[in-house]
Amino acid sequence: MFSGFMASTWEVASIVAVVAGVIGFFVVLRGAAFVADAVPQGAFTGAAAASLLGFNTLLGLAVASLAGALGISWLGRRGRRDVATALVLVVMLGLGALFLSFSSEYAPEIYSLLFGEVLGVSATEIAPVGILGGLCVVATLILFRPLLLSSLMPELAEARGVRSSRMELVFLIVLALATSMTLPVTGALLIFSLMIGPPAAARSVTSRPLPAMLLSVLAALIVVWLSIAAAYQTNWPVGFFVGSLGAVCYAVGRIWAAVRSRRSVRAAEPTAGGPGSDALAANVRV
Amino acid sequence: MTHLLHLIIEPGFFGNAPVRSALVAGGLVAVVSGIVGSFAVLRGQSYAGHALADISVAGGSASFLAGVSPLWGFAGVGVLAAGVMDMIGVQRPRGRDLATGIVRGAGLGLGALFLYFDTTHTSTTGATITILFGSLFTISSSLIPVIALFSVLALGTVLVLYRPLLLSSAAAELAAARGISVRLIGAACLIAIALTVSLSALTIGAILSTALLIGPAATGLRLTSRPGLAMVWAALIGLAATWLGVLLAYDSYYWPPGRHGWPVSFFVVTLILVFYLLSPRPVRRVPG
Repeated sequence: MFSGFMASTWEVASIVAVVAGVIGFFVVLRGAAFVADAVPQGAFTGAAAASLLGFNTLLGLAVASLAGALGISWLGRRGRRDVATALVLVVMLGLGALFLSFSSEYAPEIYSLLFGEVLGVSATEIAPVGILGGLCVVATLILFRPLLLSSLMPELAEARGVRSSRMELVFLIVLALATSMTLPVTGALLIFSLMIGPPAAARSVTSRPLPAMLLSVLAALIVVWLSIAAAYQTNWPVGFFVGSLGAVCYAVGRIWAAVRSRRSVRAAEPTAGGPGSDALAANVRV
Repeated sequence: MTHLLHLIIEPGFFGNAPVRSALVAGGLVAVVSGIVGSFAVLRGQSYAGHALADISVAGGSASFLAGVSPLWGFAGVGVLAAGVMDMIGVQRPRGRDLATGIVRGAGLGLGALFLYFDTTHTSTTGATITILFGSLFTISSSLIPVIALFSVLALGTVLVLYRPLLLSSAAAELAAARGISVRLIGAACLIAIALTVSLSALTIGAILSTALLIGPAATGLRLTSRPGLAMVWAALIGLAATWLGVLLAYDSYYWPPGRHGWPVSFFVVTLILVFYLLSPRPVRRVPG
């Protein structure tokens, strides 16, 4: 399991988990699960187009996920957000179907793009994934405070000169970049499991922003490591393990929150409102 | 005149059996999706609708494995997932998308597993593509009565519950005050959505299922502020996009790169987007 050809898999997957943990924290905070789901799925089109035109898959993924993110932001300004997301997603997938019909790509190739192929990561993929991932994490950390503020208290953020629409766009772009690097590893359909399961659990455990983010990274790492080990042992698709463990994370978070709120009621504490966004907002020093 | 007509509608369009099945089944699904989808959009459950379509793919792949008709797999898993979503709080606005996403992730993971078993045990690699992307042209005409049955079931649910459903979607507190069980109505609506999308995911693929559920409904709701009329618009727009899409896909056989038509889902989705973009932005009326 730890032999030579698996080494790059472990490295790439760990990078993916760290990025997903950091960005996922904001995905959960902003309630942007649908977008986090739609951008990777739409990016699949880019891979199909790249294979048709003979480009690098990573480039195709990056272009397509950026186009998807910008499309959602543009359409979202002229209508409802969830409708805009759904429409951009189906249009991207429709284009993907078109490209697929033009190319003679073998079906398992598509299957692995959709559901992930962790065991086939080559050493040459480490550098681009590492650079893109580092870029995403650094961008998120630089923008940590304004992003946090505009996610939790948009009015206050506006008053302090943080434009919500601009933050939204930045967030979408970072999400798109993160997507394009994680997609070949976890597959288009299940990256977002990693982006919402562990952060959701982390937020239930602590309401302080930085510890929550660190915890989310840690949980994502554990989920990814366990998934790879299990996929290696059983030869089952890694997406199955990521999806299930993501759900387990969420369930643990919910149970934790429920137990804690019951305990705090028993102790007759003033109702703090649980580890919701209000409690989190209270912990943000502005 | 005939020449022009032939240029638009290739000869043999209506005589072609797959085309006829596509027109009938696609039309049926488009109308039901338009009406049920209006509720999904009104209630802010676009994501749930999309997720249910994807999850029913898991059921589809499971039924391939079990050897039962995919229809029961799609519908069964769709309804089951709707139940789980309802249980863990898809009806509440806060954390709704998160709960939907978790269910979708777990459901798709299972789907991946079943597909993996399918492909290793029966070596039907094409199943992945068929299930995900579907095709209007591969509907067998024997499926049409079953599609009609499920359509009536989903449509019947929302039409019987029309008034309480509308009230609880627009003003939940008011509905509750009038003695309407908002919770129960919401669950029924979610199950109707699940039936609709699992049906359409089976017949036209998961992409088109979401497109037909959300696109026409959102367009209809922008065209008029009267919900009933918006649903009629949604059904008409869905129908128009589907039929035009089938026509264009049939014509595209002679387009580059040749030898096979362009996918019908591409045309339908593009048409739906065009309709949405053409619809006017709703004017918010200032009270008083």
